[in-house]
Amino acid sequence: MNSTSSATSAVSDQGFTREQFEEHIASRKQPSWLLALRRRAMDACESLPLPNSQMEEWRRTPLRMLRLQGFAPLAPRPETVPQVPSVLEPLLSPGGRLLTLDGRKVAGSLSEKWVDRGVVFDCLEDSALGPQADLVRDSLFSILDWNYDRFAALHTAFWTGGAFCYIPRGVRVDEPLFLLSALGSGQADLGHLLVVLDEGAEATLVSETASVESGGTGLYCGGIELILKPGARLRFVNLQNWNDAVWHFAHQKAVLQQGAYLEWTLGALGGMLAKVNQHLILDGEQAEAVVNGVMFTENRRHLAYHTLQHHKKPFTRSDLLYKGALQDRSHLVWRGMIRVDEGAIKTDGYQRNDNLILSDRARTDCIPGLEILADDVRCTHGATAGRVDDEEIFYAQTRGLTKREAARMIVTGFFQQVFDRITIDSAREALAEVIGRKVREYR
Amino acid sequence: MMRDVLSIVDLHVSVDGKLILKGVNLEVRRGEIHALMGPNGSGKTTLGLAIMGHPRYQVTQGRIELDGVNLVELEPHERARMGVFIAFQRPVAISGVRLADFLRHAVSDVRNPQRKEGDELVSMREFRKELREKMDQLRMDPEFARRYVNEGFSGGEMKRAEILQMAMLRPRFAILDETDSGLDVDAVRLASQSIAEIGGHEMGLLIITHHERLLEHNPPDFTHVMLGGRIVETGGRELAEFLHSSGYEEIRRKYPEAAAEEASMLAERTR
Repeated sequence: MNSTSSATSAVSDQGFTREQFEEHIASRKQPSWLLALRRRAMDACESLPLPNSQMEEWRRTPLRMLRLQGFAPLAPRPETVPQVPSVLEPLLSPGGRLLTLDGRKVAGSLSEKWVDRGVVFDCLEDSALGPQADLVRDSLFSILDWNYDRFAALHTAFWTGGAFCYIPRGVRVDEPLFLLSALGSGQADLGHLLVVLDEGAEATLVSETASVESGGTGLYCGGIELILKPGARLRFVNLQNWNDAVWHFAHQKAVLQQGAYLEWTLGALGGMLAKVNQHLILDGEQAEAVVNGVMFTENRRHLAYHTLQHHKKPFTRSDLLYKGALQDRSHLVWRGMIRVDEGAIKTDGYQRNDNLILSDRARTDCIPGLEILADDVRCTHGATAGRVDDEEIFYAQTRGLTKREAARMIVTGFFQQVFDRITIDSAREALAEVIGRKVREYR
Repeated sequence: MMRDVLSIVDLHVSVDGKLILKGVNLEVRRGEIHALMGPNGSGKTTLGLAIMGHPRYQVTQGRIELDGVNLVELEPHERARMGVFIAFQRPVAISGVRLADFLRHAVSDVRNPQRKEGDELVSMREFRKELREKMDQLRMDPEFARRYVNEGFSGGEMKRAEILQMAMLRPRFAILDETDSGLDVDAVRLASQSIAEIGGHEMGLLIITHHERLLEHNPPDFTHVMLGGRIVETGGRELAEFLHSSGYEEIRRKYPEAAAEEASMLAERTR
């Protein structure tokens, strides 16, 4: 274990300074409430320590190599829109599309029929000044804990561009909306995604991150807020597919009001180090969330997920299944928590993380947790980590499959159980295809 | 070179350092049915798994020959591609892999022994048609092929899935390891009938069983009795019938040396 001093001094403290902040805010127009929030966040940023190995959430996630000063808060505006590789787009026929580069909108479209029905799918920063200004003010950072830690505060102070998705009351958007967030080599993306579904609204939102270049470092320090009003139904996919030199720090939170339904599929195929806080708040009776996680790690990738399923009201359901396959010297951390507040009776909470370890040097730490303050609830959790079973390989071999063919089939099958839960055909197929390719390359 | 003969010569096999088979000799020709009987722990399943090449079953001496090739030197998948099959007593589940997908790979590999991973699979249309026919023949619901391999299968479903795989792979030699265990009377009769219907009699069959009914539709040409890691006696169908009615006491009396081996192996196991 590192001592505090070596851990903190090893992490650079020099990025995103007060001076850069002043430049940043001087460079943009924004409503006064937002400016005030940014200032508070900048103050917090200066008072909060950079995460270190003494903090429970960072005990297993080393930041020694992070050099924040290497990243500028604001990249120069690109002259041309780059070609961005996407694994999901080829399979989608989106009703709206938004492309950001380094957190800033560079292209966007939304089909007329949804514009006419009041749907918004556009740059968040522009929306804060546009016709939806009031809506943005009421929603932005209304659920995310902007001072949760140094990265949350840094994101709040410096975020740019971002995306705003609003579905008015009762509108059912039956085409997926697609957000592609691209990151240039050496750049930072501090984008924020704000999604508001009004009462009874329905939508499918697919979000993917991608690096413009296959090499070269980058920083993502972003936030996602999903607000589901009563009876709203959202299917949300976020696929982290950076190149393997990108740092990824994400705070993601959803609040579900009465009778709302969320299917949230989270995929992680890239990045060098990713630390994700995924929080679900079930804040209305009969709210229900299904969370699917698909992780494939290679090389020295480190992925850390801290999930919270917080049942605040009675008769709420949550069901989380994360599945990971680990290769090479990669490391996967999952800490899950189901919290049931006093009075949240008849809660049904489930969390499970299964990992398949494909190499001797890969590592996983899975730590489920329960905090239950109500009676009459059903909460279950589980975690497994294991290798491809030799008996299964032998069985397949006796049917003519080679050892490798057998192993790949077993790994694919391992993920099938989570794919079975994904109801968005395009996302399921794309994930199966990418995982299939990774498995084919599996040595 | 003798084609279509599976011949086992002086086979010694150890598991985790313990010698289980102590010189087994057996010759199975294509078209013959052999019943392999013997008390629990005598080495019957060990013989089956050794023929298939289970990595925990080490052949320390002897040969398993087919078409002049010593199978001992081959990987399990190569043995399968040469036309050797085993229906497992307790097949493992493969989560998330649909039986139909699994079988399509298996059929592609076995019918084209030179197939490399990534080479084309058998055509989906023809495969589906054939699978449907075989499932009809075995009175299986077509939906069954969409289930994950052996996952949540009942005892009877597992055994039928094994017979279905045998029907699709059309091996030259098949070992049926207690395909009757855990089944009720009707299910055993169905299994017995199915083995005959799918053309089992054109294969060389080695049927490991305790149950007379499995042999009902598959009358053995030879019955072998295993005791203490050796085949001690070989007879015809009447020997199987005799063992079913009288048990193994007389065999033990007749072969005191093998019975002593059996006792010491059992003692070692329980120690």
